[in-house]
Amino acid sequence: MAVASRSIPASLVRSGADRRRALIDRLFRSLALLAAVICVIPLFLIVAYVVINGIGALNLDLLTKAPRALGVGGGAEAAILGSIQMVALASLMAIPAGILAAVYVSEFSHRRSATVIRFSADVLVGIPSILMGIFVFTFLVLPFHQYNAFAGSVALAFLMVPIIMRTTEEMLRLVPGDLREASFALGVPTWRTVLSVVLRTGLPGILTGVMLAVARAAGETAPLLFTALGSRLVNVGDWSKPMDALPIFVYTNARQPIAALNEQAWGAALLLLMFVLTINILVRARTWSVRSR
Amino acid sequence: MKEIPEMAIESLDRAGETAAVASPNGQSPSDQQSVARYAGAPGSPLATAPTSVATGAMEVQALNVYYSAFRAVRDVSLPITPQSVTALIGPSGCGKSTFLRTLNRMHEVIPGARVEGTVTLDGVDVYDPRIDPVQLRRVIGMVFQRPNPFPTMSIYDNVVAGLRLTGRHSKASLDGVVERSLQRAALWNEVKDKLRQSGVSLSGGQQQRLCIARALAVDPEVILMDEPCSALDPVATLKIEELISDLRDRYTIVIVTHNMQQASRVSDQTAFFTMGDDRAGYLVEMGPTKEMFTSPKDQLTEDYVSGRFG
Amino acid sequence: MTTLRQSGRLTSGSRSRWLNADRLFRGGSGAFAFGIIVLLAGIGTLLFISSIPTWRTFGLAFITGTVWNPVTSVYGALPFIIGTLETSLIALVLAAPIGLLTAIFLAELAPRRVAVPVSFLIELLAAIPSVVIGLWGVFVLSPFLRGTVEAWISSTIGRYVGFLAGPSFGVGIFAAGVILAIMILPTIVSISREVITAVPNNQREAMLALGATRWETVRKAVIPFARSGIIGAIILGLGRALGETMAVTMVIGNNTRVPTRLFDQGQTISSQIATTFNEAGVGLQTSALITLGFILLIMTISLNIVARLLVRRVAGDGVGQATGG
Repeated sequence: MAVASRSIPASLVRSGADRRRALIDRLFRSLALLAAVICVIPLFLIVAYVVINGIGALNLDLLTKAPRALGVGGGAEAAILGSIQMVALASLMAIPAGILAAVYVSEFSHRRSATVIRFSADVLVGIPSILMGIFVFTFLVLPFHQYNAFAGSVALAFLMVPIIMRTTEEMLRLVPGDLREASFALGVPTWRTVLSVVLRTGLPGILTGVMLAVARAAGETAPLLFTALGSRLVNVGDWSKPMDALPIFVYTNARQPIAALNEQAWGAALLLLMFVLTINILVRARTWSVRSR
Repeated sequence: MKEIPEMAIESLDRAGETAAVASPNGQSPSDQQSVARYAGAPGSPLATAPTSVATGAMEVQALNVYYSAFRAVRDVSLPITPQSVTALIGPSGCGKSTFLRTLNRMHEVIPGARVEGTVTLDGVDVYDPRIDPVQLRRVIGMVFQRPNPFPTMSIYDNVVAGLRLTGRHSKASLDGVVERSLQRAALWNEVKDKLRQSGVSLSGGQQQRLCIARALAVDPEVILMDEPCSALDPVATLKIEELISDLRDRYTIVIVTHNMQQASRVSDQTAFFTMGDDRAGYLVEMGPTKEMFTSPKDQLTEDYVSGRFG
Repeated sequence: MTTLRQSGRLTSGSRSRWLNADRLFRGGSGAFAFGIIVLLAGIGTLLFISSIPTWRTFGLAFITGTVWNPVTSVYGALPFIIGTLETSLIALVLAAPIGLLTAIFLAELAPRRVAVPVSFLIELLAAIPSVVIGLWGVFVLSPFLRGTVEAWISSTIGRYVGFLAGPSFGVGIFAAGVILAIMILPTIVSISREVITAVPNNQREAMLALGATRWETVRKAVIPFARSGIIGAIILGLGRALGETMAVTMVIGNNTRVPTRLFDQGQTISSQIATTFNEAGVGLQTSALITLGFILLIMTISLNIVARLLVRRVAGDGVGQATGG
């Protein structure tokens, strides 16, 4: 075509100054790409090192043996069982509490109190978790002069509640209002409407929030330090006594000047990481695929 | 370097062609307006800024626009007369806004959007790989549906936002551009005492004229307007329409509008788009506005302008 | 809600029973909802009450005291406040520009098929337990920093600038800052990205239509519009850095003197609490530690409130929930 061979007017091509602008633009794009790459690198490094260092330590002993009361050896059985128990109890307390709080905010409360509650939850999520440990210490440990697993569970539950509440509430807000009205119109009372219509519709999203909160609690160390304390003894079911947990196990073993214990810390860290990442990948992969539809 | 003379020659040719029908170069806008009223009359090329060598004639040929696999616009060919107002009308979803965006390659911002066919500006293919879309958009400016002044900038800074992108400008020259652009956008008298205030402090209609002033400040040849009055009240709409009439003597204007009366009031040429069975928009017919509204050739156009469409 | 009451009226036969069940449900869920406010207030109150003995003994001089000595029962918070601020500042200097650029990359430049997985990976980074990052920090990052960055800085600029002089141990203030930078990146990225995404498209189009490049569009239209939200995102990152405990505890070196050099070993407020709370006998030392916690609480809560108000101004309510320390 004649048009294609025609020369280009000066106003439509880049002059010197415009070439500089284009150069800066390209520089900016490359820097942004570089930044994104830098952001992703730590994840790979951390996962790679934990897998490489932990895989050797991840053996049957680590999974099934209690730590030796004295000296080096044994495994993380006490920590694994402790984590399972404390996270389970914390979930038992926090899941209903968080969901009910969310139901109240989305279904019953006035705008203003909803804002205040939401805001408090957000601020609570931002509070350093070690302060939650101190807080629970002052009323569940200090009065009894005894570190105990129950206090640990409560501290974890307190961390979970605002997370569960916020994600649940977000999901409930997505439930269309006419679903509720349809139910009300049938003469179904509010509480049954909420349970059977609203919560059921929002269930997948709520589960997402709950799972993420569980993963978060499973990885928390700081709130347990002054509550459950950690222990070298296997504790099953005695909530009034100290209990070990995987994060505490990692922390204490990492700080010993003994290579064998450090190796156990890597092994336990791998366990923890596998648990946390599995939950996160499953849950987020689901949300992503739902969102991209 | 050698490109420029060629363009200059061409633009002189064009000036010669149009000189015969051109209005006398009267400075009063109302004079020019009355002369330029009849359909298809191009304004005087002498009225364009002396720096620009081209005149702002565009030509679209066999244009198809796709969003990924979906064809949004099918096989559109039409001329855009310089220094006149071309209106694009048609039912919503018929691809006229999409079409408009391909004229200054704004559609490229949307991921997956691509075009086939040619669009020329003064004979130059705007999709030529040598053409920088960033530069093209300075020559073909755009005004959007909703007024979108930059909220963090003052009125003054809004007007010169485009100029400030390129090199340094003396304060005096910027002041001059601000005054000239705001005057051309018929906003100067209303804002000259509050140039340092935020652009969003203005009313909706004033904001839209500010956006027009902002587009004028970079000295474009063509101005694309995407339903510029759809967010405005009738009084503000009237002001914009008057402004469009004033601007036609200097600029080539392409305006998308839902409002047929508006198209009949402000435009010299009208192109009617509609949507085919494949949901792709296409051009039904184009002609002088008067003819399009009084004696359209196509039944679809007739139905639409007489309100027999959905 | 009126619709609820109306629906109650419709089931006239068993109305009172339904109404009671509803009221119970409403009251019960309300208790948990307001419990969240009570919890927040409770933490503040309890920490404050427990800190009273410290304020009585030292007054405001507690904040400026440079000595922490359980033997002589003299407690000053300055080493830890400095340690906290210094590590957080390092983290911010490293993470804010990288995080913001990444957010811009994800929101403005990257095609979806890149942006989605990258965002996913960054969210995963946020999910890694602090103690695991700390473990990696002690055994991998710190030795690496000592052998490279720290050695290089202390042998070049460090010769002339005392603050940057050696010796470096790997573990210390600088390593803690780097670890914190990694940990707050996801917060800064995800919230800035949401804020940037919330900028209306017509702002970008206005700039592009004036013949702006992408960079100019971002710098002159997008960032000014999103500015307060971006600042909010960075402050939220800062808040997270201030309170982060385990990873910092593991790499900072746990030294209670006032740090004077970048590569000194030190202690943040939270790491000081984490390492000494259990050994502290009930009494003034525990109170002093809780007072440290109280100071940290005030710092993080005020930062959080400011940050969330800023973010909300740009992006509305739900943004950035359930993120943070």
